Amino acid sequence: MSMAAQPVLTSNKPVISSRGLTKRFASRVAVNDVDFDIYPGRCFGFVGPNGAGKTTTLRMAMGLTPLSGGTLSVFGLPASENGPAIRARVGIVPQADNLDPDFTVEENLRVYASFFGLSRRQAAPRIESLLKFASLTDRRRDRTDTLSGGMQRRLTIARALINDPELVVLDEPTTGLDPQARHVIWERLTELKVRGKTLLLTTHYMEEAERLCDELLIMDEGRILDQGSPRQLIERHVEPEVIEVRSGGGEALERLAGTTDCRLECMGTCLYCYTREPAQLIAALKDAHGLTFLHRPTNLEDVFLRLTGRELRD
Amino acid sequence: MNLWRIPTARTGALAVWRRNILVWRKLIVPAVLMNFGEPTLYLLGLGFGLGHFVGEMSGMSYLAFLASGIIASSAMTTSSFEGMYSVFTRMVPQKTYEAILATPLEVDDILAGEMLWCATKSVFSGIAILAVAAMLGVVQGWGALWVIPVVFMIGLCFAGPAMIMSALAYNYDFFNYYTVLIITPMFILCGVFYPIDTLPLAMQGFVQFLPLTHAVMLTRSLVVGADLSQPLLHIGVLMLYAVIGYYVAVVLVRRKLRV
Repeated sequence: MSMAAQPVLTSNKPVISSRGLTKRFASRVAVNDVDFDIYPGRCFGFVGPNGAGKTTTLRMAMGLTPLSGGTLSVFGLPASENGPAIRARVGIVPQADNLDPDFTVEENLRVYASFFGLSRRQAAPRIESLLKFASLTDRRRDRTDTLSGGMQRRLTIARALINDPELVVLDEPTTGLDPQARHVIWERLTELKVRGKTLLLTTHYMEEAERLCDELLIMDEGRILDQGSPRQLIERHVEPEVIEVRSGGGEALERLAGTTDCRLECMGTCLYCYTREPAQLIAALKDAHGLTFLHRPTNLEDVFLRLTGRELRD
Repeated sequence: MNLWRIPTARTGALAVWRRNILVWRKLIVPAVLMNFGEPTLYLLGLGFGLGHFVGEMSGMSYLAFLASGIIASSAMTTSSFEGMYSVFTRMVPQKTYEAILATPLEVDDILAGEMLWCATKSVFSGIAILAVAAMLGVVQGWGALWVIPVVFMIGLCFAGPAMIMSALAYNYDFFNYYTVLIITPMFILCGVFYPIDTLPLAMQGFVQFLPLTHAVMLTRSLVVGADLSQPLLHIGVLMLYAVIGYYVAVVLVRRKLRV
């Protein structure tokens, strides 16, 4: 891969480093010749549509599934032979909550601590501070199935921090949450970054990636499409501004498409006009009938759709 | 990451075992009721009811014969059902193993912990039956307590094959095959209700390969105080099933969970 990550502020050794990483399943290639480096203290994001190979990459890094080719090291250790040693220093937040339904909030943390070899006494102060971190102190004696989705997610994140990990890996941390719950999670993750943890997350929410990540890797069908900071990616792939034009019928849009020199992308009854000079089109749209429009700066979602296409992924 | 490598269970297995104890403690009332209720019914119903017509069997009262056999069969069913339904629940729908595998533990440790737990649960049922049998006056004396480590071994022996079933299962109905084709025939054929030397000769040879036959030999002699000719053979068969069962279960669960 030609577009290897350039560390911005740090000269430290990478926490995770891969070269030519490949994973083949019986009938398909899930990860195909992938290179990346994740540096300490930063938030690194894997973004891509479903089936891009994000989760498989995480599982290989945690020593949970073997590589088919290439190299992958975590904390300088080859991942496939050092799963337990690596996982002792990592906090893992899975895609779907897998809290223990037989236990209360507090017991979930205590039992999980025991899997890291922490004694009850060692775990007790950590549990207190994690309950506070997750804002669950007053729910500590409740069973986990009585918690809301957002609370369960916060508990899952707190549980992943019980071993005081250097690296926190989050697989789609906010999927299925309402906006309030999602913002709380974002705030907590930012707090972890401030504390110096390295974060690695997968997401298909571009807003999330843009807010949290210092560096992104856009994947599709097992390959890296591009890599860089959110700002770099936007500058590299799309014009700075976009005007979304909506219409009830097709003719007005077609007529408009003929008159503008913007780069156009059409999606159903919506036309995306990417441009550096929006003033002329806006003036024209103000006089047009039957069209509504929205003028906004481009964002990561535009980059993502440009790189991975607009057709459905199932 | 080789699927077939020899398992190495570490102390993490004990954390898995403790987790299960903790869950069991929350459900202790129905659990203990089950431990005492079922064998008591068997012993009272069959031991007295059927025993009235049978009189003696192999030189002991039918109640004593039955009680000493039920200890073994109950260890078998307790361990098997824990190894199937509960292990499957934790492995598949509840995703407990996925959560545990995000810690330094490996499949080897998890299944070792599960196996210890299955055997522990067998011991709980064994103690309950021993207590009921003692109250009915068919236990030889304090020496019968030696049956407890044997019941633990029986639990280990049946946990492995049950966990293999969990690794192969795609839903709970799958366990019906194992129950109907393996567990129930052993329950009927391996000397719990009558001595195996009343079986046709070919059948007698066949049941020697079934672990419950050896389990019953051990528990019967310890509970009632009867002579036992080849204790090491019986123990060896149980341990062989335990070791092979654990190894195969570990390989299959590694395969199931690593994709």
